Amino acid sequence: MNSMEGLVTQIQGLSSTASDVLMLQNLLKQANDSLHAESTRLLPFLDQLDPSKHSLGYLYFLEACTAGPITKEQASSYVLIIARFLSSCVSEQIRLASHKFISVCKRFKDQLVLLGEPLRGVALMLTAIRKFQSSTEHLTALHPEFLLLCLLAKSYKTGHSVLEEDIFEVDQPKDLFLYCYYGGMICIGQKHFQKALELLHNVVTAPMFAVNAIAVEAYKKYILVSLILHGQFSTSLPKYSSSAAQRNLRSLCQLYFDMENSYSNGKIGDLETYVQSNKERFEHDNNLGLVKQVVSSLYKQNIQRLTQTYLTLSLQDIANTVQLGSVREAEMHVLQMIQDVEIYATINQKDGMVRFLEDPEQYKTIEMIERIDSSIQRLMILSKKITLTDELMSCDPSYLSKGCRERQKFDFDDYDSVPQRFNV
Amino acid sequence: MDGEDGAPKSLMEEMYANGIEGVDDAPSSSTSTTIRKNRPIISGEQLDIEAYAALYSGRTKIMRLIFLADHCDNSGMQLEALRMAYDELKKGENTQLFREVVQKIDGRLGPNYSTDATWCAMVDRKANQRKDKLESELNAYRTNLIKESIRMGYNDFGDFYYAHGALGDAFKSYVRTRDYCTTSKHIIQMCLSAILVSIEMGQFAHVTSYVSKAEQTPEALDPPSIAKLRCAAGLAHLEAKKYKLAARKFLEVGPELGNSYSEVIAPQDVATYGGLCALASFDRTELKNKVIDNINFRNFLELVPEVRELINDFYSSHYASCLEYLGNLKSNLMLDIHIHDHVETLYDQIRSKALIQYTHPFVSVDMRMMADAFKTSVAGLEKELESLITDNQIQARIDSHNKILYARHADQRNATFQRVLQTGNEFDWDVRAMLLRANLLKHEYNLRASRKI
Repeated sequence: MNSMEGLVTQIQGLSSTASDVLMLQNLLKQANDSLHAESTRLLPFLDQLDPSKHSLGYLYFLEACTAGPITKEQASSYVLIIARFLSSCVSEQIRLASHKFISVCKRFKDQLVLLGEPLRGVALMLTAIRKFQSSTEHLTALHPEFLLLCLLAKSYKTGHSVLEEDIFEVDQPKDLFLYCYYGGMICIGQKHFQKALELLHNVVTAPMFAVNAIAVEAYKKYILVSLILHGQFSTSLPKYSSSAAQRNLRSLCQLYFDMENSYSNGKIGDLETYVQSNKERFEHDNNLGLVKQVVSSLYKQNIQRLTQTYLTLSLQDIANTVQLGSVREAEMHVLQMIQDVEIYATINQKDGMVRFLEDPEQYKTIEMIERIDSSIQRLMILSKKITLTDELMSCDPSYLSKGCRERQKFDFDDYDSVPQRFNV
Repeated sequence: MDGEDGAPKSLMEEMYANGIEGVDDAPSSSTSTTIRKNRPIISGEQLDIEAYAALYSGRTKIMRLIFLADHCDNSGMQLEALRMAYDELKKGENTQLFREVVQKIDGRLGPNYSTDATWCAMVDRKANQRKDKLESELNAYRTNLIKESIRMGYNDFGDFYYAHGALGDAFKSYVRTRDYCTTSKHIIQMCLSAILVSIEMGQFAHVTSYVSKAEQTPEALDPPSIAKLRCAAGLAHLEAKKYKLAARKFLEVGPELGNSYSEVIAPQDVATYGGLCALASFDRTELKNKVIDNINFRNFLELVPEVRELINDFYSSHYASCLEYLGNLKSNLMLDIHIHDHVETLYDQIRSKALIQYTHPFVSVDMRMMADAFKTSVAGLEKELESLITDNQIQARIDSHNKILYARHADQRNATFQRVLQTGNEFDWDVRAMLLRANLLKHEYNLRASRKI
């Protein structure tokens, strides 16, 4: 106990300037084991520390407290404590002990899940992320936890705001996989299928040595979303995806490939029977809702194909071609698509005719010009970023040493800039 | 006609109606008084088997007759064909085929046309004797190492096997003569024999390679040989479904062919295959330059006036009569061994081309008139047009309410803007994904490097 009290006073004393904080950090590291040993009795000491001023010390104590198994009653009190800590901690200090911070947040999430109240943690996790990450392009281990809470709490909008940012730096590949997978699910929930497709594509094509379960699940969803959005799906992965993925993913997701086959035939009846017969397997993967959306998207694809060949078409013909039950259903579908701005048409109820129109966008408005202009700016920034990355890479010592060794294997021209011998 | 008022009206009517007046212009229908020799053999009427068989000689005659018997519905024609095959086989030495034909006849032609076991045994015995003789001769020549006689020895072996129906052995023997060929004439002879056997075997890959080999000889070839090689090449392309190339080859065949290649193909066939393939695969300019204005090919087309008429009708947009000729020819074409697999495809292609050509010059087309011109119902026509539009072969839209087809030309400016925006988005996404992946790889590499250290 005495050591604890001594530690507390030291924390209180050494938390003011940066050099003091470093010294404090060393002390805390040494005291880590004793902290863990006393984990059950540390709770009262926490009251003596102020999270905003003594963030580092508080963090160590907190981590030691929550290290062991927690019961439900304790969980609610801990949740309050951690919540207060997260809202008032200081970013410089917590970054010094990043692992501890991550584990505290993880336990926070676990406790909330245990209590069944994920919504309480959403905003707090968001603040935690903002304090923790060094730049908005940086992916931390906290991101997937945050997205998981959003998913469980069904607060998709908050999750989406985080997804808006581009990620370029990653600590752990596993974080990225989980982040993209959960992110994809959030976008699906909000029906932003394009963004979902991008995120899931990142998971599937990420470099990996062996196929992991996250990639498999992500690939299944990827197939379904791609069918909903584009009505087609290219069965081969792009060249830059890892060889492990290219070889194995197909066999693991055979069910979905077959579904894609029956989808591309364009017959609703076949697709529905296929879904019906495989219902349990889809449910097992938690994809049944998505599969149902795929089925309804087939109607849309068929109707869109009709816009390419016909100027006017009777509702009866539409119902027959797309295999809808009745004229009324055809009208409902077309009306829905017009409202969602998926096709441009007018319905003439007197004749029972639909007249398909061209896309009225003339690309002459100011908004369009601004849109194009901002796109150009954005792309120029991206290009500069790429050139910068390329330059950095070519100065990287490990690249140069590897390039020297491999020089004989490759074309002379590729490695012209690499010196013959390079000794690090 | 009625003078100047009448003339423009009839021209317009002709343009819309695509009538059948073209048939009256054909001279062939009034030549029933001409000699039997000039009567077209591949025509809309029922096939005259004797005349058809007279075009060919050798093994292909028998094979064609057997094919005819297998595929035609008329039992009279069937028996006629089998009878002729039997007679032809008796003149030759192929006992295997003989037994097959007898089995097919099945006694329907009476006792004269049953298994003649004595004849078979005699032929087989003679064959064995000849084979032994040839072998001993060949061995003698081989010990003497005289190239010319070894070559001729193998050649004789090849002929022997071919006459007895052992096509694989015949091919091998002919190919073996290659090592002993001294002049280009020998090479040509070898190539032609190899081509003949390959065609009979149905291995058209060999045909193409030997044709090119023969064409590469340094000496100039004599015209009949060139014509024969072109026919063979055309047949090979036809089998490979490369209709454009086949058409080009057939159109290049000169009139020197005559009847010199009757072991493989008749001039009527050259005209039919060439004409149909050209119609299915050439565009208008090529059709005019290479077929209609081609003086050499005109000689061939004279032999099959119906094909000539249908090509002219197609070019002058009389689609109804063109399609009618095609329909008439179909039943006879299905009895031909080389083209029967391709008849459906060629016909479909010709019909699609006709539809596309019809709609091409107009801004709007009344589908009812078009259906009349193509002798089909409006609903059927709509289906056909729909599939052509989906394949992007016609740029148009169907107004299903008023049954009018409107030409539609894409707005280039809008399309360009759309593509620009889309390309921008794709670039954006690709680059971001790429930077992310590069980062992951770097991380992996650093991890591994740090673990090593």
